Amino acid sequence: MSTGTVVIVGGGQAAAQTAVSLRQEGYAGSIVLISDEAVPPYQRPPLSKAYLAGQLAPERLFLRPLAFYEQQKIELRLDRRVTRIDVINHQVELGDGECLGFDHLVLATGGRPRALVCPGAEHPRLHYLRNVKDVAAIQSRLKPGAHVALVGGGYIGLEIAAVTRKLELEVTVLEAAPSLLARVTCPQVAGFYQREHEAHGVNIRCGVMVTGIDGDETHPALLTGDHQRIEADFIVAGIGLLPNVELAMTAGIICDNGIVVDEECRTSVPRIYAVGDCTQHPNSVYQTRVRLESVPNAIEQGKTTAAAICGKSKPYRAVPWFWSDQYDIKLQTAGLNRGYDEVVIRGTPESRSFAAYYLQAGRLLAVDAINRPAEFTVAKSWIAEGLRIPAARLADESITVKNLAAAA
Amino acid sequence: MSKATYIEHNGTIRTIEVDDGLSLMEAAVANMIPGIDGDCGGAAACATCHVHVAEEWMDKLPAMEALEQSMLDMAADSDHCSRLACQIKMSTKLDGIIVRTPVGQH
Ligand SMILES: Cc1cc2nc3c(=O)[nH]c(=O)nc-3n(C[C@H](O)[C@H](O)[C@H](O)COP(=O)(O)OP(=O)(O)OC[C@H]3O[C@@H](n4cnc5c(N)ncnc54)[C@H](O)[C@@H]3O)c2cc1C
Ligand code: FES
Repeated sequence: MSTGTVVIVGGGQAAAQTAVSLRQEGYAGSIVLISDEAVPPYQRPPLSKAYLAGQLAPERLFLRPLAFYEQQKIELRLDRRVTRIDVINHQVELGDGECLGFDHLVLATGGRPRALVCPGAEHPRLHYLRNVKDVAAIQSRLKPGAHVALVGGGYIGLEIAAVTRKLELEVTVLEAAPSLLARVTCPQVAGFYQREHEAHGVNIRCGVMVTGIDGDETHPALLTGDHQRIEADFIVAGIGLLPNVELAMTAGIICDNGIVVDEECRTSVPRIYAVGDCTQHPNSVYQTRVRLESVPNAIEQGKTTAAAICGKSKPYRAVPWFWSDQYDIKLQTAGLNRGYDEVVIRGTPESRSFAAYYLQAGRLLAVDAINRPAEFTVAKSWIAEGLRIPAARLADESITVKNLAAAA
Repeated sequence: MSKATYIEHNGTIRTIEVDDGLSLMEAAVANMIPGIDGDCGGAAACATCHVHVAEEWMDKLPAMEALEQSMLDMAADSDHCSRLACQIKMSTKLDGIIVRTPVGQH
C-alpha cells in the first residue's frame, strides 16, 4: 500500500506524527494535512510553561520546520477547516465547499476547552488556554501586580499559576473539588503541590464553585457558591477538555466520549482512523477503554495509524504517561491510577523528591515521580510488566531503585 | 552553523548543519534522523533523545544537571558517554560533534 492519498484532519501533535510516520514507514502516496490553525503543527505543553513565560520563540514551538514538510512532500493546508466527511464517496468537504478525495482518512481533531457555564461567562477577560492565539491573548494581560483568577486546579491551571507567579502577578486558584488535582492524583501529591504553590504566594481555595462572573469590562469579578466576590484583572479557566467529535458523529462514526477506535486506531468506518486526544481507545495494560490527553498518546497513536495504513500491524499497547513542570518541580507520571486502594510514598515530600506508587490489590497501577526521573523510568517498565512489589519494600529507601528493579 | 554527525546503530552516518542555539535533538528531528524522536519536546522527560557522545567530545560538553543524570541512570543502553540530545545546545565549540543512537531506539 504505497500509493493513493491520506487526508489528515487536524494540525496538532497526533496529526503531525501520523504524517511523519507515514513517510518513515515508506508511504509514497500523497499526504494532505488540513488544519484550522494558521501555523504549522506545534507542541502544546510549552503553552502553559516556557512559551507562556515568553522564554521560547514561536518557531521553537513548531514540531518540524516548514521546510521539512516540503522535503517530505507533506502538503499542509493551514487555516482551513473540514466541515463534512462523505463516507460513501470517500471525500471531505472544506469550509469553502472544496472537496478532497481520500483513500484513507485520519481524524486528529483534538479537543477544545470545556467552557464555564454561568451568568457572565461571555466576559471578554475570561480566557482559556489551548492554542497560540489563546496564549497571545493571555500574554497581553501579564503585567506584574495584576491579579489573575484561575478557575480549575488541574495541571494546566497550576502550571499557569507557577508562570504567572514568576512574572509577579497576584494569583488565586479556585477549585470546585475538595483538593487540587483531585481527579488525577492522591492526597499526598495534591497536598505537596498545594504547599509548594502557597509557599510561592499563590492563594488557593478548594471546594469553591464559581456561580457567575460580574464586574465591568476591565474588572471581572468571580462570584462563588459561598457568596464571595473575587475581583481580578482577568480570569483563565482550565476545567477540562471536550473532544472534537462532531465531524465524526455527523458522518455516522461511533463516538462515546471520543471517537471510538480499536488497538490500531480504526474507527467504526473502514479506511477512517482517529488519533490523539479525540479518541476513546482500548488500553491493554488495564483491560479498559480510555480517552487520554497527552503527547505520548498522540505520538504512539500516530505511529500505529501510519503503520496500519501501510499494511503493517503495530498495535498501540503502551503504558500511558505524562509530565508537568511547575517552578523547579518536575512531575512524571506513568500508568493510570484509577481504582487504586493503596498509596506507597517512597522518599519524603519535604525533600521535594519523592514518588507515589498506586497499588490495587498489590499490583502496581501507576506512579507519580516528583523530581525522580530514574524512578519514573523504571516504574514505567514495572507497570508494563505488571510487576508486584511488596509495599514495605517499595517504601524502603535503603534499597536502591536499581536493586528494587533487580529483585522485583 | 556548525556540523553534527549522527551515527545509527547499523552504521549509517549522517552529517547535518545545525544553527547555533538549537539542540542536537531539535536538529535531528528536523532532519528526520532515525532513533531520535524527542517526544517530550526537550523537557528532559522522555529519554527518546538518548545518544552516546563520541568519547573525545565528552569533556567539551557542559556538565549535566541532576535531572538529566537521573533520567539517564535508568535509560536502556546507558553508559558514561550517554547524554540527552535535547540538553545539548549547539555552538561553534561543538562544531564537528559525533553522537551515536542506541540500538533500542530504532
Ligand atoms: C496548555 C497545555 C499544556 C499541556 N501540557 C502537557 C504536558 O506537559 N505533557 C503532555 O503529555 N501533554 C500536555 N498537554 C496535552 C497535549 O498537548 C495534547 O494531548 C496533544 O496536543 C494532543 O494532540 P492532538 O493532535 O490529539 O490534538 P490537538 O493538539 O488538540 O490538535 C487538534 C488540531 O486539529 C484542529 N482541528 C480540529 N477540528 C478541525 C477541523 N474540522 N478541520 C481542521 N482542523 C481541525 C485543531 O485546531 C487542532 O489544531 C498539554 C495541553 C495543553 C493545552
Ligand atoms: S526530548 Fe524528551 S528527554 Fe530529550
